[in-house]
Amino acid sequence: MKKLTILSATTALTLAGGAYAADLEVTHWWTSGGEAAAVAELAKALNEKTEHNWVDGAIAGSGGTARPIMISRITGGDPMAATQFNHGRQAEELVEAGLMRDLTDIAEANNWREVINPPSLLDACTVDGKVYCAPLNIHSWQWLWLSHKAYEDAGIPVPTNWDEFVAAAPKLEEAGKVPMAMGQQGWQQSGAFNVMIISLLPKEIYLSVYQDKDAEVAAGPEVARIFKAAADARAMSADSNVQDWNQATNMVITGQAGGQIMGDWAQGEFQVAGMTAGEDYTCLPGLGVNQTLQAGGDAFYFPVLSDDEATEAQGELAQLLLTPEVQVAFNLKKGSLPVRGDVDLDAANDCMKKGLEILASGDSLPDVNQLISSDTRTQIEELFVEFFADSSITPEDAQARFADIIGDAD
Amino acid sequence: MAASRPSTLLRNLNAKIAAIPMILTALVVFTGGTIWTVAYSFTKSGLLPRWNFVGLDQYERLWGSRRWMVSIENLFIYGACMLVFSFVIGFILAALMDQKIRFENTFRTIILYPFALSFIVTGLVWQWLLNPDLGIASVIRAMGWESFDFDPLYNAQIAIYGVLIAGLWQGTGLIMVLMLAGLRGIDQDIWKASRVDGIPAWKTYIFIIIPMMRPIFITTLVIVASGIVKVYDLIVAQTGGGPGIATEMPAKYVYDYMFGGQNLGQGFAASTMMLLAVLIVVIPWAMLEFGGKKRG
Repeated sequence: MKKLTILSATTALTLAGGAYAADLEVTHWWTSGGEAAAVAELAKALNEKTEHNWVDGAIAGSGGTARPIMISRITGGDPMAATQFNHGRQAEELVEAGLMRDLTDIAEANNWREVINPPSLLDACTVDGKVYCAPLNIHSWQWLWLSHKAYEDAGIPVPTNWDEFVAAAPKLEEAGKVPMAMGQQGWQQSGAFNVMIISLLPKEIYLSVYQDKDAEVAAGPEVARIFKAAADARAMSADSNVQDWNQATNMVITGQAGGQIMGDWAQGEFQVAGMTAGEDYTCLPGLGVNQTLQAGGDAFYFPVLSDDEATEAQGELAQLLLTPEVQVAFNLKKGSLPVRGDVDLDAANDCMKKGLEILASGDSLPDVNQLISSDTRTQIEELFVEFFADSSITPEDAQARFADIIGDAD
Repeated sequence: MAASRPSTLLRNLNAKIAAIPMILTALVVFTGGTIWTVAYSFTKSGLLPRWNFVGLDQYERLWGSRRWMVSIENLFIYGACMLVFSFVIGFILAALMDQKIRFENTFRTIILYPFALSFIVTGLVWQWLLNPDLGIASVIRAMGWESFDFDPLYNAQIAIYGVLIAGLWQGTGLIMVLMLAGLRGIDQDIWKASRVDGIPAWKTYIFIIIPMMRPIFITTLVIVASGIVKVYDLIVAQTGGGPGIATEMPAKYVYDYMFGGQNLGQGFAASTMMLLAVLIVVIPWAMLEFGGKKRG
């Protein structure tokens, strides 16, 4: 009898509590200081604004380590409630296989089509007219981060573009600095190469290589110049014995290294270190040459779940991610740009404002992840990890192999 | 006369029923899975297996890939060195241990201890030890040899030997224990006889003891060889395949393409080649060992 009372009391409590509170496990690879601070904003928003709980599923070791784990869990029948991917072709086959939840109704109800800018971000989430992911932020790769301290110590002015950066290298070396910080991971090295293609050449070249997969252009004289520049970068970063990108960024923060080519997520690290843009460090969009940014970024995908209540909660999370408050809170910490064109970013610092201006002028290109498959990406990363580690590989050899990969790409 | 002999099928029925799960596992999981993998290696499967036949395309790409060639070469270097060194060092340690020394238990435990660590831990520990800024090299430099330079993990030419050192450190203890068991299994009368005949101890080892330990050697060989072919975690923890692609291994190629590259076809083709390599070693050995007339 007593048991029954307790039981009915609990039932009453649950009913009074209103909707069912689900634990939503969210997997992502945001583990550096600035990234973790940004994720905490998402968790806070979910915990405070809904009755659901954010269960953090951070996977350390960059996307290359995290994605296989996420994909195995989804294909293996143990899906998480939501997961990060770089939108574009990374989750393409999961969507085609029907493992991802169709968010079209939520997208329509919240006018994603109108508010998301640039619209290519939502296009990258769309397969056969249906929306499968919620874009979260805009990241661009085309930034050169420079340490004022390193250049002061060497007694030379801070460079304003790539050529000056290369020319300043010998002076930095004399002062015992590493001219360029570079983590020895394929995605960082191939990323830097792609930055150079976009920043140092007209953007048609980037599009014909990555969008049209034109092997002749990839083997041509313009791209040859970029391979020469990559060889310069290899020489300048020869003494940078670090792996993770944030360790490389830390070399710039502490003034051990002159600069680093890294996406705008590096911004978060400078912020955590309490540095001010323009005073302690300089950011050069487009390496100070071409003011063009790639609009890629992160998106959340929602695997199909069998539990109706959890599915309901998934929808609430998707909706929440795109609300203006969450967009601002998250992106300020992350150093990335919001996907909504209509939010107020007064709190943004110099670097973010530069990025916003370029995006507002409409000068953006699709991200590599939206153009090539993971298979091709892996091959290119492999080429560059080898190129950067072994100075006996000539730029010409590397370019020939690059052209082969582009020729075989699908 | 009516009582016919029970059919052979029903003889020992309990044992046969008990073996069914294992038989099913062997047939369905091992053999079935293998055949499925080989079949799908001829397809253009991406993230998910799909049956669109492309013939030998995946194999052409595989053998045209520099990373695969480097992986095979590394497996060969690592495998050959690992076999030779772990056998030689393992046997010498076991022979020393067999000299009725004091504190044998202590020594045995110390030498076997690394085997209790996983490859991940081994890899990390040796990554640190071989790091020129905080490992062995820096200790020796701090002791006064300023010019001392030992950083195998940062030199693409010799990085694979840095991995080998870690592999040997971890695995040799087990080989020693197996060999020691073999040595203890040798009849003491053999030693007495050889001593009576005045044969030196090293000759006794090489010409009498080692041939008598053939079964132990074969067991050890199988254990070491299977460990070599599937080496993966050590590489991931210690070097991540670097510098560049200098320490890549076939098993890592398979994993990276199946999951990272979202190209199952390529991963299957690579794992089929690994299977083939194992078969090329195992089949002749099995024929020698089990086929024909038993030796001895």
